[in-house]
Amino acid sequence: MTTPLHDLTLAEASARLRDGSVSSEDLTEAALARIAATDETWHSFITVSADEARATARAIDAQRQSGAAAGVLAGIPIAVKDVIATAGIRTTAASKLLEDFVPPYDATVTTRLKNAGAVIIGKANCDEFAMGSSNENSAYGPTRNPWDPTRVPGGSSGGSATAIAGRQAYGSLGTDTGGSIRLPAAYCGVVGMKPTYGRVSRYGVIAYASSLDQVGPFGRTVEDCARMLGVIAGHDPRDSTSVDRPVPDYHAALGGDAAGLRIGVPKEYFIDGMQPAVEGAVRAALDTLGGLGATTSDVSLPHTSYAVACYYILATAEASSNLGRYDGIRYGARQAADDGLASLYRNTRALGFGPEVKRRIMLGTYALSAGYYDAYYLKAQKVRTLIRQDFDRVFADVDVLATPVAPTTAFRLAEKTSDPLAMYLVDVFTNPASLAGLPAIVVPCGRDEAGMPIGLQLIGPPFGEELVLRAAHAFEQATSWHRERPPEPAGAAA
Amino acid sequence: MNPDLDRYEGVIGLEVHAEMLTASKIFCGCSAAFGAPPNDNTCPVCLGMPGVLPVLNRRVVEFAVRAGLAIDCRIARRNRWARKNYFYPDLCKGYQISQFELPICEGGYLDIHVDETTKRVHLTRIHMEEDTGKNIHDAHGDSSLVDFNRSGVPLLEIVSEPEMSSPAEAGAYLRKLRTLVQYLGICDGNMEEGSFRCDANVSVRLRGATELGVKVEVKNMNSFRAVEKAIAFELERQADTLDDGGHLVQETRLWDADREETRSMRSKESAHDYRYFPDPDLPPIILSEDFIETIRRALPELPDARRERFVSAFGLPAYDAEVLTSRRDLAEYFEAVVAAHGNAKAASNWIMGDIIRLIHERKLDDAPIITDWPVPAANLAALIALIDEGTISGKIAKTVFEEMLTSDESPRAIVERKGLVQMSDESAIQAVIDEVLAASPDKVAEYRGGKEKLQGFFVGQVMKATGGKANPPLVNKLLMAKLKA
Repeated sequence: MTTPLHDLTLAEASARLRDGSVSSEDLTEAALARIAATDETWHSFITVSADEARATARAIDAQRQSGAAAGVLAGIPIAVKDVIATAGIRTTAASKLLEDFVPPYDATVTTRLKNAGAVIIGKANCDEFAMGSSNENSAYGPTRNPWDPTRVPGGSSGGSATAIAGRQAYGSLGTDTGGSIRLPAAYCGVVGMKPTYGRVSRYGVIAYASSLDQVGPFGRTVEDCARMLGVIAGHDPRDSTSVDRPVPDYHAALGGDAAGLRIGVPKEYFIDGMQPAVEGAVRAALDTLGGLGATTSDVSLPHTSYAVACYYILATAEASSNLGRYDGIRYGARQAADDGLASLYRNTRALGFGPEVKRRIMLGTYALSAGYYDAYYLKAQKVRTLIRQDFDRVFADVDVLATPVAPTTAFRLAEKTSDPLAMYLVDVFTNPASLAGLPAIVVPCGRDEAGMPIGLQLIGPPFGEELVLRAAHAFEQATSWHRERPPEPAGAAA
Repeated sequence: MNPDLDRYEGVIGLEVHAEMLTASKIFCGCSAAFGAPPNDNTCPVCLGMPGVLPVLNRRVVEFAVRAGLAIDCRIARRNRWARKNYFYPDLCKGYQISQFELPICEGGYLDIHVDETTKRVHLTRIHMEEDTGKNIHDAHGDSSLVDFNRSGVPLLEIVSEPEMSSPAEAGAYLRKLRTLVQYLGICDGNMEEGSFRCDANVSVRLRGATELGVKVEVKNMNSFRAVEKAIAFELERQADTLDDGGHLVQETRLWDADREETRSMRSKESAHDYRYFPDPDLPPIILSEDFIETIRRALPELPDARRERFVSAFGLPAYDAEVLTSRRDLAEYFEAVVAAHGNAKAASNWIMGDIIRLIHERKLDDAPIITDWPVPAANLAALIALIDEGTISGKIAKTVFEEMLTSDESPRAIVERKGLVQMSDESAIQAVIDEVLAASPDKVAEYRGGKEKLQGFFVGQVMKATGGKANPPLVNKLLMAKLKA
């Protein structure tokens, strides 16, 4: 029996397009049919842009038939997290406040996807304004983990991860501020990558925490991620924090082995109370990499335990300012002013924002307030420097760091919603690389006793994307975790 | 002056917001020009749409450094942008990108001249920031509208130390600062259009006291006169309040130009906590010595230096030099006239008199740079040359000048066309004198009898007979010779 079209990887689909055995329209229809059959259960998408996708697919097919050069992603259906602006397609940030917001502009990453010929199939569900670790903070309802729909997919880029795990798209974009790509990648058993801060433009990406936000790809394989990264990376004159530095051929970084690779294993990432299966899978992955010729050594990142507190002060401080623009004056759902101008703001924001967004705005406002700034914001900035220095020190001796992604596998819906602190602690192993602005990739490396996926995080030095891709690819080629797929949802047409 | 004020001394500091004359806005490519239809000069960036990012216009930094160098400030080699967070409909992002710690310029001073004395007013700081949009009330029933054309226009905020003590000093400081930014080409200094705005921090204290009184911020003045009047009103109000045993509160007050009074807008208790923090979207600006030196070398001659040069090089009175250097364009006009002909004093007299009168009458000084002069500098120089070479008299020159205002012809062409060339032919003048004397033998007799003031009568008759064209010194010389003969 032949592989259904939706089961192809991005690289396989590209090859089939090139040899003419499928059209972009075929792939697009396959993806749309798959979404129609499964998204009732998983809810990966807030908006499915079927008409635009079909039109793009037909245009790309016509272009290919005319012999015009095709881009790297020509004809490939891609899902885009709903915090990334797409001109003419509504972009809600999973918030009620932006329910009807249709941006008149594309994010730079959207432009780059389009220029590479990608077919944007829809806008992926996520936590509201990318604030969350479980995808339960979406104003449009939670996304569910395809491996077990009673569990969360991780957040905030949950829908971008489930779209890949559930074979609804061939690739997707997410954003990672404190782990928002890596956690869902681990929980859903797919590959996800957060590039170095400044590697990918943030222009048009609805800001959560500007000094941390970074766009990155999800794929079924390391190769698929490398292809997408090559498309979206690069300097953007419209983002002053994007770095003007040549983009290497990431695809060329693959295919090597792990021989000679020096892997550091930070002891602070193996903590009391973590799920034994997670530690076991990560230790086994290290053995695998050792067998592939890598050397492993124990290292220490002594300020790791401060990362969560540091992250939640800095990220919320920036968020409290970034979300000031949602005032109902120029766009978004404005509520009536029943008692002067202040009530217009109050009512718009009270009804427009969900509880977690409000919590973070309040936390951040507090951290920046007169009399508290030095004790919170400034102190956190100093801790951030210490965390960065931890990494600088170990990268003098190792090429990449290998760690677990989270202390446990995916938890159940509602398990942590009443305990924000427990939810924040899910980010304990992902926040440090965010604060240091480092590239990190997650590859599947096992399953726990309940069958839930486990991820391996590989962290590189600044602009060490090639190193982490090479290590991840070598591991992936030596294992078969990335070939495992979640069960079909009940009621879905096979 | 109010007797109360004798016991008190005013303490005044000024905060000026100067809109910079850059072609585009500070963080996007939109035009920074004034006067476009509402919301025409906008884009997703200056409208604060979701996800958009600021990109710095480097000219803004250049202009700020130019100002700092001209005012002798310390220029910060490392600059940071900060966000000032508050809600207002004209503020599209919920924060204004400004500077807080590490402003681009600190220190510096301006010397002002009031009542024959020179006073040095120090500056606290100059920083760069973006302007907000503009709320428009009352024009559309009970709804307000917002025009974002101004959103993102670059501003320099120039903050003085509280070192002025009278409305006159504040006025002198403001005029001096405006002249300077106009000289530097960084601001057009138009208070009515709001490109040069001033808030005043005003307090009073008993003369001789060292502690500062309670400070009131006064806003909403849109002319130099309004600033002076508002400060005068506020000083008197504060002195009266204290003398009546009342208490002053720290507050912001608005100047009402119609009622000529200040009114309370908000008290300190309701003041904002702006929650300043470094803007993560913009990296720090590091200024190289090269960058600063390049700007320093390109600075134009500044008003003080030019005034001194006008006195020393052209021998002008200090007052003339002050007036002529009060605008860069006026000083350049003067220099162009002098370069074309010389005779700086005559050039100064013409400009200080007729030219400035016409500039005021025609409101030409509303423009940031006057280009439409009543007469071109070359023509004014040519007119003065005609006088100096004796072709026309000063009196005829006034006639020619009036003609020049409505004609493109050169003064020489006008003189020739209208037959205004001065009569310097001795025999011709002699003939006229003979006729005049012959026509009034009784007057001649009276003169010779000792009534010498009749000389003026004879001169007048000769001028009348020659249509004013006779060379006056020559007329006098020949007339005297004839009468005394």
